[in-house]
Amino acid sequence: MTMPFYVAPEQVMKDRAEYAQKGIARGRSLVATLFADGILIVADNPSHSLHKISEIYDRIAFAGVGKYNEYDQLRVAGVRHADTKGFTFSREDVDARSLANLYAQFLGNVFTHEMKPLEVEILVAELGADGRSDQLYHIAYEGTITDENRFAVLGGDAETIAERVAAGWSGTAALPDALRATVTALGGPGRSLGPGDLEVAVLSRRNGRRTFRRISEEEISAVLSSEEPTGNAPSRQEPVAGSDAEAASSSTDDGAAGDGSEPDPPK
Amino acid sequence: MALPIFPPTEDPGPDFASLLRRSGLPARHGDVPIPVRHATTVVALRFADGVVMAGDRRATEGHAIAHREMEKVFPADRFSAVAIAGAAGFAVEMVRLFQVQLEHYEKVEGVSLSLEGKANQLAQMVRQHLPLAMQGLAVVPLFAGFDLRRRIGRIFTYDVTGGHYEEADFQATGSGGRDARTTIKLGFKDGLSRDDAVELAVQALYEAADEDSGTGGPDLVRGIYPLVAVVTEDGYSTVPEAEVAERFAALIERRQTEYRLRGTVTHGGGEPT
Repeated sequence: MTMPFYVAPEQVMKDRAEYAQKGIARGRSLVATLFADGILIVADNPSHSLHKISEIYDRIAFAGVGKYNEYDQLRVAGVRHADTKGFTFSREDVDARSLANLYAQFLGNVFTHEMKPLEVEILVAELGADGRSDQLYHIAYEGTITDENRFAVLGGDAETIAERVAAGWSGTAALPDALRATVTALGGPGRSLGPGDLEVAVLSRRNGRRTFRRISEEEISAVLSSEEPTGNAPSRQEPVAGSDAEAASSSTDDGAAGDGSEPDPPK
Repeated sequence: MALPIFPPTEDPGPDFASLLRRSGLPARHGDVPIPVRHATTVVALRFADGVVMAGDRRATEGHAIAHREMEKVFPADRFSAVAIAGAAGFAVEMVRLFQVQLEHYEKVEGVSLSLEGKANQLAQMVRQHLPLAMQGLAVVPLFAGFDLRRRIGRIFTYDVTGGHYEEADFQATGSGGRDARTTIKLGFKDGLSRDDAVELAVQALYEAADEDSGTGGPDLVRGIYPLVAVVTEDGYSTVPEAEVAERFAALIERRQTEYRLRGTVTHGGGEPT
């Protein structure tokens, strides 16, 4: 009969944390930042179909870094939670704070009770409405939750990227400017990210009921190829501004009768 | 509410109704409200760029008018519309579940269902409702949308058992459906313009309201008009109420003139009450 070796709990936690951190550090990073019309999320992601950023609900977006299958499971759970809550109560009752807390509890539980912690870091972003401000909840692999005011950086190289983002940050930048600045900060001095390496999405106040919208590769390349720091290249900016407005008008229609029973749903 | 994470064998996938059942929530409520409101005339017709869908606004309880401003045409998602006839409470609840189902699928899977897929999804909901339909609480929806793959507008009709059939050009359901259908049949041409299609829908609802007590016509006193929606490749949009009002006003005036020429005494231009 062999006795298991005694391992101090401190050591167990340390090992697990190290394991999770290593897994996350292998992945590519992601930046979420506030801008004039809402929240911009930019991920370093060469895949066009395996998304890091996705829609959870009308005003809530999800982003994850680390192991794809693990954060994707969390994403689906988030969509389910939000849709069930919105269907049972009302669309207005779905909020990011409660979802972020659930994620934090789940990650914390897995970290302490399971063999292997989840190798993910996730972000829950919510576009503010009715006087509430925009929210960025950053949740780490062990369930630590932080509420960021200006921007959040997830992934391996978070600290250096955060310094670069902070240096050029402006909460009132228009979308093209914010996108250019964020992409530069995400890439860093040694690396220039092209439209094909990026996954970009916004939660924009111009988009009607469903505020989430992916920015297509063409739009990204149009913005990135106009290098002017302050938006004085109107022709180049039009794709973004134009389609934003388009999306706004069509999704307003979408929202106009919005939720079956409500004649006037929240926009 | 806990985070809904399921073991792989019990995972509901992108099916929202099944998610509700697994979460222990009823997708609809068992108790039957009596007396029941019965909703009325809805029409859909194809035109060159998509489909037009329209519905009257009256809900009745027996012989009494229960509601004058009810909406019976809804956006199912960005590229499709659903209209309802039947027991109002169940119908509205079905539409609400259907809307969430389509959005839920789109978010979980990352792509929208095909138009055919949406039509089948709605058929399953109607079929599940069959036991209540047998008790006289039928819900009969009408579904139409723009098929982004085939680039055409398509219309689907349903029966109470969940059977669904694709219509070539137009369809109408509800108690005034027969009159509306005849009107459209007489005026329908292939490749109608948007304006002609909206006009035809307006006429169909007018005729249905003229013949059927369960269908509400234009309410000139309160300024309530039938709801007309258009679905094209640009998505779902409602026709502005001012435009609908104008079309009804012109139609009523034409009818009044016709009656006068025939020397018939008119009572408010044949407007139904």
